Amino acid sequence: MRIDGQTIIAIVLMALATYATRVGGLWLASRLPLSGRVEAWLGYIPGAILVSLVAPVIVSGGIVEALAALAVVAVALKGGNLLASMLTGVGAVLILRALIG
Amino acid sequence: MPGKPARTRKDAAPFTLKGALRGARMCAPIAASGFAIGLVFGVLARQAGLGAGEAALMSALVFAGAAQFVVMGLWASPVPVATVVLATLIVNLRHLLMGAALAPHFQGLSRLKAYGSAFFMADENWALAMGEFGKGRRDAAFLIGGGLIMCASWTTSTLIGGSLGNAISDPARWGLDFAFTAIFLALLCGMWRGTRDLLPWIVAAAVAVAAERWLPGQWYILLGGLSGSLAGVARRAD
Repeated sequence: MRIDGQTIIAIVLMALATYATRVGGLWLASRLPLSGRVEAWLGYIPGAILVSLVAPVIVSGGIVEALAALAVVAVALKGGNLLASMLTGVGAVLILRALIG
Repeated sequence: MPGKPARTRKDAAPFTLKGALRGARMCAPIAASGFAIGLVFGVLARQAGLGAGEAALMSALVFAGAAQFVVMGLWASPVPVATVVLATLIVNLRHLLMGAALAPHFQGLSRLKAYGSAFFMADENWALAMGEFGKGRRDAAFLIGGGLIMCASWTTSTLIGGSLGNAISDPARWGLDFAFTAIFLALLCGMWRGTRDLLPWIVAAAVAVAAERWLPGQWYILLGGLSGSLAGVARRAD
């Protein structure tokens, strides 16, 4: 197996940079006094991040992604579990792309 | 002002093997689709000039798919170390927000447990864990349980992809590019807490779509998350 020194250095520095982002927010926030306002803000983060991950994919994706997203939401709201939702989304995209192109 | 009263938790968050196993079980489907993406990453890394072992080492230590894909676009010989590390940092800045959101649920954990768990915080197991915590299941080991199975799958599949060559070239052909969007959408459905979430979600969506269109890279996740969550608290009357 070929191992290149500079590659290893880059990988280790990438790992350190990533770990810094993973602990940084946790470290800072656990030092903040948990006032109602701060805790409310932290509570809004998960939804806002997930919306940000999903919205551009659906908006810029077109009709296939929009229809597949509707199917996923329908399954999720009917109480389907995560695996069912995921398979619905992947299956819908697969079928719709074959049909619509 | 309606809304959740500020909770003060004097008791430490539980952190049990049972919680970790639950996290691993719930994240298993995600780890499975991550396996397919990891194969693709391995192939790409190989084409970019990394050895299979080097690519797998990156997956194990960095464990951040978006950043790793971005970096493969920048990889060259000799390796542009500063560029690569800076790109990694920027793509992963959203982790700062995610880690902050974990803090109230990690109260009372030892440093080893809290900062050890944080190493394995990825978008998906974090989102699932926040869903769990929101439903009152407080076991904080959920995150690391899910992260371990995802990291194992990600690293193994990178190694296989890097050794295979070009067997899998285009995840879009199999609809796999939509797998994570579907997971995030399904998780979102469970996170709706009522009309108070409407404004922050609309703001997040608008900012993310605009930023994705007009800014380079992955800034849209951080900007959308930040503006949406701030819109949520800003609306609360002083």
